[in-house]
Amino acid sequence: MIIKQLSVFLENKTGRLTELTGILADNDINISAFSIADTADYGILRMIVGRPELAAQVLKNNGFTVKITDVVGMIIPHRPGGLHKALQIISDNNVAIEYMYAFASGDCKATVVIRADSLHKIIDVLQEHKMELLKEGDVYQV
Amino acid sequence: MIWNEHYECMEREELLKLQGIRIKEMVKRVYDTVPFYRNKLQEQGIEPNDIKGIDDLKKLPFTTKQDLRDNYPFGLFAVPQHDIVRFHASSGTTGKPTVVGYSHNDIQMWTEVVARSLTMAGVTKADIIQVAYGYGLFTGGLGLHYGAEKVGASVVPISGGNTKKQLQLIEDFGSTVLACTPSYAAFIGESLVEEKIDPRKIKLKAGVFGAEPWTQEMRMQIEQVLGIKAYDIYGLTEIIGPGVSMECQFQHGMHIFEDHFIPEIINPDTGEVLPYGELGELVFTPATKEAMPLIRYRTRDLTRLHAEKCECGRTLVRMEKCVGRSDDMLIIRGVNVFPSQVESVLLEMSETKPHYLIVVDRANNLDTMEIQVEIEEEFFSDEVKELEGLRQRIKANIASTLGISASIRLVEPGTIERSMGKAKRVIDKRNLP
Repeated sequence: MIIKQLSVFLENKTGRLTELTGILADNDINISAFSIADTADYGILRMIVGRPELAAQVLKNNGFTVKITDVVGMIIPHRPGGLHKALQIISDNNVAIEYMYAFASGDCKATVVIRADSLHKIIDVLQEHKMELLKEGDVYQV
Repeated sequence: MIWNEHYECMEREELLKLQGIRIKEMVKRVYDTVPFYRNKLQEQGIEPNDIKGIDDLKKLPFTTKQDLRDNYPFGLFAVPQHDIVRFHASSGTTGKPTVVGYSHNDIQMWTEVVARSLTMAGVTKADIIQVAYGYGLFTGGLGLHYGAEKVGASVVPISGGNTKKQLQLIEDFGSTVLACTPSYAAFIGESLVEEKIDPRKIKLKAGVFGAEPWTQEMRMQIEQVLGIKAYDIYGLTEIIGPGVSMECQFQHGMHIFEDHFIPEIINPDTGEVLPYGELGELVFTPATKEAMPLIRYRTRDLTRLHAEKCECGRTLVRMEKCVGRSDDMLIIRGVNVFPSQVESVLLEMSETKPHYLIVVDRANNLDTMEIQVEIEEEFFSDEVKELEGLRQRIKANIASTLGISASIRLVEPGTIERSMGKAKRVIDKRNLP
């Protein structure tokens, strides 16, 4: 149920992100999803990768500031109202979302990565409402 | 015009004699009233009677900013607190300010030297002077204020900031003299252009600018945009405030009011006194001060002194614009900033490393300060609000310690250059003299 997300501190410098993707490519690590939160001076890159522990280690070895964060992946129908229904459940149960990002893969499903104020509560709530959650085993190939 | 011809044009021999009498009296006074100086003189085997004239000044020990810090707040006062009528303070290196007390006579003396200074800039009772230096613990505002009143000018005590209002009063009151930091004067000039105020409608003729270093180019720029003659005034809180020295209309350096503030130039490494004309560290003995007389105070400002008589008729020595500092102090928007202050703030915060880089620049003629800070790896968060909260905390701590605000840029750990010797902590892009 719990997905490991890699969070990386990135200064706003040309080439810095390219450097990072190069390191991941060299180490044969696949990126399944990512988003960047940006401010004027820096960004926080959040991504779901295959073999997160290894990825964190190689990035650290190359001087990046990395943190592994627990998030949840929710699978929703890829159609109008799909996201709305899921968010309604979450807000009705007073779970606060710190941030989220999503990707739809063309067929009938979409995946939403959510960082909530309480990880366990959001898992409980979504399970109670029979929402489909991404399992750790299959997440890294999304 | 010369405000006090007797002292400003005194024969040098007579002046040196006067200085001798004054330091002799002062040394005796501090020996009796300031334990710090009594101990220091005794340690060096100096008795007040050993000081017979100005030539004996070089025998006396120096006073440093560290001594002021060690004796914070009132340890160097030579009069009881009930004889103090005012305090001023400037920011120190460790978060504690440098405190200076003034007796009634000290305020009178300060008022006198500022009156002399303003007279050098051609200010008379017919003028309206807008004092846009900050009023408060900073010496700029109140120092200029009382000197201008003594001259009989009409004072507009507007203090710093609120540029729209500054422009409005320059226009409506017809202010003829502006007193502020040079960078603020340049900013007022730019605002004047921006607000499309017709320069022919303003009556400014002179500016009295100081409290921070400025270049000749900046002087020309200010003079052109405001249509004035810009004068350089020098001073430091420890000695009295603005009015330690001032440029006359010939602008061959700033005349030091030597009857009160006895200057020396020393080799900053050896302490040896250097002859006129040589570059070194400026040292002052404010011999007539009652509340806080200092013996040979090291200003850390590097400059030269010239003793030839000036075309204006004054015999007072002239100091060149300071060419730098013998320590790492920065002057930003008129405020003294030491890199070590930034370091102490970061060391106190567990979330940051004490690796930092201060980038000082000048945008629209106002000094800007950016501090790049490396975040501590374990405090890195995946949430923007956490990192922004950290940034705000650093900003607030810096502002309360330094007394001015800085923009904070969080950078990746390990990215600020480490060097084996003295770390490069400051990049100053202002091209100051």
